[in-house]
Amino acid sequence: MNEIATPSPAALDVPRAPALRRYGVPVLVFAAFALAPIAAAQGAEGYILSLLTRVMIFAIAAMSLDLILGYGALVSFGHAAFLGIGAYAVGILASHGIESALVQLLAALGASALFALVTGAISMRTKGVYFIMITLAFGQMLYFLATSLSAYGGDDGLTLPSRSLLFGANLLKGDHAFYYAVLGCLLGCYLLCRSVVASRFGRVLRGAKENAVRMQAIGFAPYRFQLGAYVLAGTLCGLAGFLLANQTEFVSPAYMTWQRSGELIVVVVLGGLASLHGAIIGAAAFLLLEEVLSGYTEHWKMIFGPLLVLVVLYARGGILGMMGGRHG
Amino acid sequence: MADAILRLEGLRKAYGALKVTDDVTLDVRPGELHAIIGPNGAGKTTLIHQVSGLAASDSGRILFDSADVTRLTMAQRVHRGLARSFQITSILPGFSALENVALAVQARSGSSFRLFGDASRERGLNEEAMSYLAQVGLGHRAIIPSGQLSHGEKRGLELAIALATRPMLLLLDEPLAGTGHEESERVVETLRGLKGRYTIVLIEHDMNAVFSLADRVSVLVYGRVIATGRPDEVRANPEVRAAYLGEEAA
Amino acid sequence: MSTTLLIIQTLNGLQFGIILFLIAAGLTLVFGVMDFINLAHGVQYMVGAYLAAAFTAMTGNFGLGLLLALPTALAFGLVLEVLIFRHLYDRDHLDQVLATFGVILFLNQAVKFVWGAAPLFVPVPEILSGSIEIAPGLLYPVYRLAIIAAGLGVAALLYGLVNHTRAGMLVRAGATNAPMVSALGVDIRRLFMLVFGFGAMLAGFAGAMVAPILSVEPGMGDNLLILAFVVIVIGGIGSVRGAFIAALAVGLVDTLGRSFASNILRLFLDSGAASQTGRALAPMLIYILMAAILFFRPSGLFPVRR
Repeated sequence: MNEIATPSPAALDVPRAPALRRYGVPVLVFAAFALAPIAAAQGAEGYILSLLTRVMIFAIAAMSLDLILGYGALVSFGHAAFLGIGAYAVGILASHGIESALVQLLAALGASALFALVTGAISMRTKGVYFIMITLAFGQMLYFLATSLSAYGGDDGLTLPSRSLLFGANLLKGDHAFYYAVLGCLLGCYLLCRSVVASRFGRVLRGAKENAVRMQAIGFAPYRFQLGAYVLAGTLCGLAGFLLANQTEFVSPAYMTWQRSGELIVVVVLGGLASLHGAIIGAAAFLLLEEVLSGYTEHWKMIFGPLLVLVVLYARGGILGMMGGRHG
Repeated sequence: MADAILRLEGLRKAYGALKVTDDVTLDVRPGELHAIIGPNGAGKTTLIHQVSGLAASDSGRILFDSADVTRLTMAQRVHRGLARSFQITSILPGFSALENVALAVQARSGSSFRLFGDASRERGLNEEAMSYLAQVGLGHRAIIPSGQLSHGEKRGLELAIALATRPMLLLLDEPLAGTGHEESERVVETLRGLKGRYTIVLIEHDMNAVFSLADRVSVLVYGRVIATGRPDEVRANPEVRAAYLGEEAA
Repeated sequence: MSTTLLIIQTLNGLQFGIILFLIAAGLTLVFGVMDFINLAHGVQYMVGAYLAAAFTAMTGNFGLGLLLALPTALAFGLVLEVLIFRHLYDRDHLDQVLATFGVILFLNQAVKFVWGAAPLFVPVPEILSGSIEIAPGLLYPVYRLAIIAAGLGVAALLYGLVNHTRAGMLVRAGATNAPMVSALGVDIRRLFMLVFGFGAMLAGFAGAMVAPILSVEPGMGDNLLILAFVVIVIGGIGSVRGAFIAALAVGLVDTLGRSFASNILRLFLDSGAASQTGRALAPMLIYILMAAILFFRPSGLFPVRR
């Protein structure tokens, strides 16, 4: 051994944050969702279940956005389009009498992935502000397409005959069954995203966010990885759309307004960028805040708007940041 | 000279009316350390950008390892063995030093389209990355977030990342830039250790370092190569003295 | 597809394009000079319309209302700049998007709070009411012609300001290279404020001008904001000339597309399918146009920054 000591292989393992810090918050969050229906039984059960289901669906959408926004620094301002695609896949198929959840889900995911692939391949050619704008434009394009689909309700939207059928039976009809199905989807998405972020693929994505030129200079073409992440994010958001249509048993262009895309960004940033479970916390905070504020006044956006401005100006790092736990 | 590993033929690059590199023709021989010197604004960094693929050339050809790489992207050139470092440190500040290097190892070892498995715990990648860090004397700093390294250490990391791509040829853009006296001596020692094992194209302002390390030197002035030769030849060249060294003495 | 209809729709498209230009001009300058993405620019347009409606109702005279609305819109823009926007210039785009999104939420709701959710109607001023015969048998509303004329006037004025004044020179230089302008010893903050206030006033002017022909309602700026973004992205961020050309193109393509897409498709498809497809396609046309342009020119038609 000369003076440059070669560390033992064991020392090569990157030290980790304590397990409690790493897993504590996500485990708490999921435990809370798993137990919430029991607590809800003590109160306005239907109302609470439906609100929490909505929170979880938005959490899936926001988490998928976090994958590209938080880990890829791709500010997509058209993410709600995928909510719409997922929802319309259910609505359109159901209106033709195809009510199998499996078929609808495959259609929702497939259509979302395809739309993400095509629009992503074009959008990724641009950078910065142009990227924000072009994703916004694609979102608007789809919105206007939906409003003009007179066969499927146009502006007014489309009411579903029932929730999607599993194995030919209406297993998702009950509030509890649907709640846990959504929770399962949320957990699945979370574990998938966690894995992706830590994987080889995710590491390239994160690297390209920090310094794209550096990544090229070691032989990566960031474009392919960013596009891959965009497709994955779009597909997962399509799942959220599928669930949203099922929850409300209604499909409408309002699911994909640009304001909705803006709200998804708000949710991700509110919860804490690049943390995944932050998206869940953000979705809960956003929807509960909306619920509470709108209970006080119909003009709740006059409170929420300035609140948002203040958060951006003074509270960086979102809710997780304020809780003090750096994560990752 | 047919055995050049890198051959530049009439490379040009202009930004608007400003010709930054103008008909640069140059041979780099296998195994040599070829320094490119020139006053500020001579187009040295632009030339490196063109060779590495960061900037497209307006005209001319780049032959590397007897293949025309003029139209390849930077990433494609890296895969052929053409690596570079940056004058202004370019690392991933949020990643540990080890991960910076491990990513470069990852780039040439199998697919990166893997969505499962924790990349930061892949022993194969980490062990190889560690060996490059050790080469530049950063073995003990591996798990520090690279943004927190000292400037000199970052210059070393920059080098380790380039090495991790397993290049045939290293393009080093002012590896001593901004380093203090002690740090720069350490980097020079590292470069001396690399010399002979890699073909190196070195851009550097530090004349002591250049003349002590280089096998051959090319002088770039206003985007043109005005002389190429052994260090003592170049030092004696009257045109070089007038255009460059004389100017420095004045 | 009668010629009369074609002429009328072309004029309508032109008028729409002019309005878009008034909004986009300020947006592209703010963007170009300050690298600031201001989603709240659309609400400036809405505020302009509301102010015009309120002052017209107060004074009983649209001209007077317009005259009062303009400085108020300017002042309003400056207040927003001082209170919020100037703290965002050196933030990243994401922060800018979020904070200005918050401003939209607030203002859209605030006008509802002050003036109610029902649309306000502003009468067309007496002297500009009615239609004139612009060609034999072709009547066109005078007021819309007035909008076109006023818009072209403002465009000419803007062209003069940007190209032939010192402030304009600085703005152009700022769009190309802001740090350099600041290094020259120019008070960049004041320049920003000037550009911002001017942009806000132009958007307010656009809102005031359309108040008599559109319904003045909460959220009326949102869709125009998106269209204005499409315009400046097509035109090239920071380029007033690009914004002008792109605004007219978007106005014409959108208006003519909505009127004639089905007719044109009828040449290839049977009547039912054509009208279905046409109706679906028409509102998507400008976005397809934008995607196509960005595909070939990722920095727009007239990129300013090199």
